[in-house]
Amino acid sequence: MSLTVEEAKKRNQEVIGEVLLAYPEKTAKKRVKHLSVFDEGKTDCGVKSNIKSIPGVMTIRGCAYAGSKGVVWGPIKDMVHISHGPVGCGQYSWGSRRNYYAGRTGVDSFGTMQFTSDFQEKDIVFGGDKKLEKVMDEIQTLFPLNKGISVQSECPIGLIGDDIEAVSKKKTKQFDGHTIVPVRCEGFRGVSQSLGHHIANDAIREWVFDKADGKHPQFEGTPYDVAIIGDYNIGGDAWSSRILLEEMGLRVIAQWSGDGTLAEMENTPKAKLNLLHCYRSMNYISRHMEEKFGIPWVEYNFFGPSRIEASLREIASHFDDSIKQGAERVIAKYRALTDAVIAKYRPRLEGKSVMLFVGGLRPRHVIGAYEDLGMEVIGTGYEFGHGDDYQRTTHDIKDGTLIYDDVTGFEFEKFVEKLRPDMVGSGVKEKYVFQKMGVPFRQMHSWDYSGPYHGYDGFAIFARDMDMAINSPVWGLLKAPWKS
Amino acid sequence: MPQSADKILDHEKLFREPEYAALLEKKKQDFEFGHTAAKVQQVCDWTKSREYQDKNFAREALTINPAKACQPLGAVFASIGFQKTLPFVHGSQGCVAYYRSHFSRHFKEPTSAVSSSMTEDAAVFGGLNNLVDGMANAYSLYQPEMIAVSTTCMAEVIGDDLDSFIKGAREKGSIPKELDVPFAHTPAFVGSHVTGYDNALKSVLTYFWDGKANAVPALERVPNQSINFIGGFDGFVVGNIPEVRRMFASMGVEHTILCDPSDAWNTPTDGQFRMFDGGTSKAEVENALNAKATVVFQEHSAEKTGKYIAGKGQEVVFLNHPMGVGGTDQFLMEVSRLTGKPVSKELELERGRLLDAIGDSQAYLHGKKFALYGDPDFLLGMTAFLLELGCEPVHVLSTNGDKDWAVKVQALFDASPFGKDCKVYPKRDLWHLRSLLFTEPVDFLIGNSYGKYLERDCGVPLIRLVFPVTDRHHHHRFPTWGYAGGLRVLVSILDEYFEALDLNTGDVGKTDYSFDLVR
Repeated sequence: MSLTVEEAKKRNQEVIGEVLLAYPEKTAKKRVKHLSVFDEGKTDCGVKSNIKSIPGVMTIRGCAYAGSKGVVWGPIKDMVHISHGPVGCGQYSWGSRRNYYAGRTGVDSFGTMQFTSDFQEKDIVFGGDKKLEKVMDEIQTLFPLNKGISVQSECPIGLIGDDIEAVSKKKTKQFDGHTIVPVRCEGFRGVSQSLGHHIANDAIREWVFDKADGKHPQFEGTPYDVAIIGDYNIGGDAWSSRILLEEMGLRVIAQWSGDGTLAEMENTPKAKLNLLHCYRSMNYISRHMEEKFGIPWVEYNFFGPSRIEASLREIASHFDDSIKQGAERVIAKYRALTDAVIAKYRPRLEGKSVMLFVGGLRPRHVIGAYEDLGMEVIGTGYEFGHGDDYQRTTHDIKDGTLIYDDVTGFEFEKFVEKLRPDMVGSGVKEKYVFQKMGVPFRQMHSWDYSGPYHGYDGFAIFARDMDMAINSPVWGLLKAPWKS
Repeated sequence: MPQSADKILDHEKLFREPEYAALLEKKKQDFEFGHTAAKVQQVCDWTKSREYQDKNFAREALTINPAKACQPLGAVFASIGFQKTLPFVHGSQGCVAYYRSHFSRHFKEPTSAVSSSMTEDAAVFGGLNNLVDGMANAYSLYQPEMIAVSTTCMAEVIGDDLDSFIKGAREKGSIPKELDVPFAHTPAFVGSHVTGYDNALKSVLTYFWDGKANAVPALERVPNQSINFIGGFDGFVVGNIPEVRRMFASMGVEHTILCDPSDAWNTPTDGQFRMFDGGTSKAEVENALNAKATVVFQEHSAEKTGKYIAGKGQEVVFLNHPMGVGGTDQFLMEVSRLTGKPVSKELELERGRLLDAIGDSQAYLHGKKFALYGDPDFLLGMTAFLLELGCEPVHVLSTNGDKDWAVKVQALFDASPFGKDCKVYPKRDLWHLRSLLFTEPVDFLIGNSYGKYLERDCGVPLIRLVFPVTDRHHHHRFPTWGYAGGLRVLVSILDEYFEALDLNTGDVGKTDYSFDLVR
């Protein structure tokens, strides 16, 4: 049953009206601003965003700590990241984001480890600075090859008045200039992960860039140096992106932050162009590098061949003809692969509808990849997007798309119930809700333990995974045969 | 080009293709400015040494790879065990996102819980408004029969007073006056997830038995013949609680499971999402006051709750996660003693079958060395079971077990010839265990999915019997308790043993011997 655009708009408006009825009046007045139906031609999606979540509604959002430790800092593999405070935050975020890296864990890499100061009552009462000093001493003793330490603040740190900056400075001095980065990403700051990204970006500026001068004299630049910014190498995404950039003749001098190292961060200001994938989490540092070092930045999208092709050309346009030719060479080289992938999967996926609710860049960036497979995104929303994300989204969505910002558990369930998409893409908290309802689902944060999804190699996996989800025989067995 | 539409390579294989291997090598050489391979190897070897172990064990402040979580996780677990109960965690919202994800990764099920989403202004002015609004929203969306409140460390540090806040919420009409709202303070910087389970469970009992936070008269205890059962925080709860019910039913024991999330985390895929399913009802909670006795299956999960119940005049039997033959014997005999009902023929038969299986397989387990970590009670039960199998639990390590717990483990060692060379490690983490596994190697490791890093680093096969198990599917659906559970645990160990033996003897041309067809 396919609706016309006008019918879909009407239905979507009705659905919004229905979910709002379930709230107390005061809450409905707030939520109505976050729900909308997109009108083509508008410059934004018609929703408010980056506003405090409403208590008690099962928001899908996380916190600033998750944005800093979980997203930005955690993947820097040769540094030790201390989850500073009680044990839980580090425990729940341990190893669950799939930021792949190459290294010897526990020796020169520390990505899948959980370091915590494990605060006890006495640390709350008397303060944790002394303990933090000792934690750093012990890190230096047991992990002598670490390139730096970051302090990822949990809620209590900011509430009890600890001075982690003073401790970090003192210890940097004591450890002969060792990089130590205090990050004020307490979970209660801001309204979501988003402020954590910003705080983490600022910490890089202040505690890495400002101290990086002359650190790597052996580094020799070339006119083709670029940095990948905002790719967390989930399931190897940054690697399947990097390979394309290198094949077109660019030199990727840094990956932020998936499979990243401190040295790569320190050398990034030597890049000629910053390539920004996740705008939301790393636009801050890109703007800073533009202002301070004069490095331009360009947003790109490596999901699905249409967007990859456009992005490769856009990136190449910042360089000379050799790179432009390189981009064409890469596009031509992979065309056979993408044609074959589309020929195989498009017939199985044509016309299927998708609803998304994810973070960062994905609520808009993956739309092109679905469309390359003949699928249609009929609803999307950001966990922690801002106005500029929703503006950018207007280029990717169709007239009549249902938009939901910081969707609540209740709303998402009702929206899916009413729109009955052929699949939903969201997170682990949502996955089983929709699968119980018989709606095929893929986790679009962790790639559901698959990936990479970036680049041409990743697109093949993406297409296969969407097919697996939607066309699994399991969804045909929901109704017991003896039920009429 | 490594990828093709015909044969799509996943991350496992893709990045081992020559193109990617070269890419990674070049990245390392040109941009990472890391340490030399020789230096990395040297330090790697050093981390395996006795010298490193001494430094590692001298740690006083740093915790690395702990085997524990924080209180509110346990509180959410306990809350989910009650009928149509919505866990409401007062504090920062990120915490609740973490608990929900953590449980969903283990159980492969939805986990519903809400937060009061406190931010900077609440840090300054307190979270009263957040709680009042949060209650109103949660109630109007979901109409739970009960909202069970616990706290994150943020709310605890600023000292929010749940009792008065909840009264405020009632007065302001955000929830019906009669809605049941038990509450527990669950600071993350005290104890661990098992403490949170204890606090939350006690709060539910206290609420219903002692007059609903002064709203109604306290209940009078009128003793009956029923038995209460408290399972404690248990990753295998989905399999274990039905098994406990089956054992009680087999003996004809009238019983109440206090806190039963086994249905909520085991809902079917049939087209309908059930936010709530099963769980202990309010009537059951109220009647539980009248029970003759309460069996606490995991002492450390219900220390305060058990004491509170004992104070009401019930006999409370504290067990330490009894497993296997002797453990289950002890459990059933306690139940029999309390109720005067004999252990059933059916269970006797099951006992014999478990023993039969152990007898068939004992030669493969006798004298095998184990390292195990997890919650204190599990370790007591598992240690006893291993000793009973003739195994040696050489390293028994807990992050949330204290000195008193260690004394109990030592007593188990002392009572068995197989415990002679075994040692218990309270308040230690998995990085301590890593050192031990290098300096005093064992044959098998029992733990949770986080143990896979030890399995890899130290080459010791991991048997997953501890929460959370996130990288294997559905083990939690089967019981580990009772004779039936003992059989499953036995098979898990044996499977790992035989797998390891085949792997070690599967080198064609080198070890064609020992690769036996019949064992």
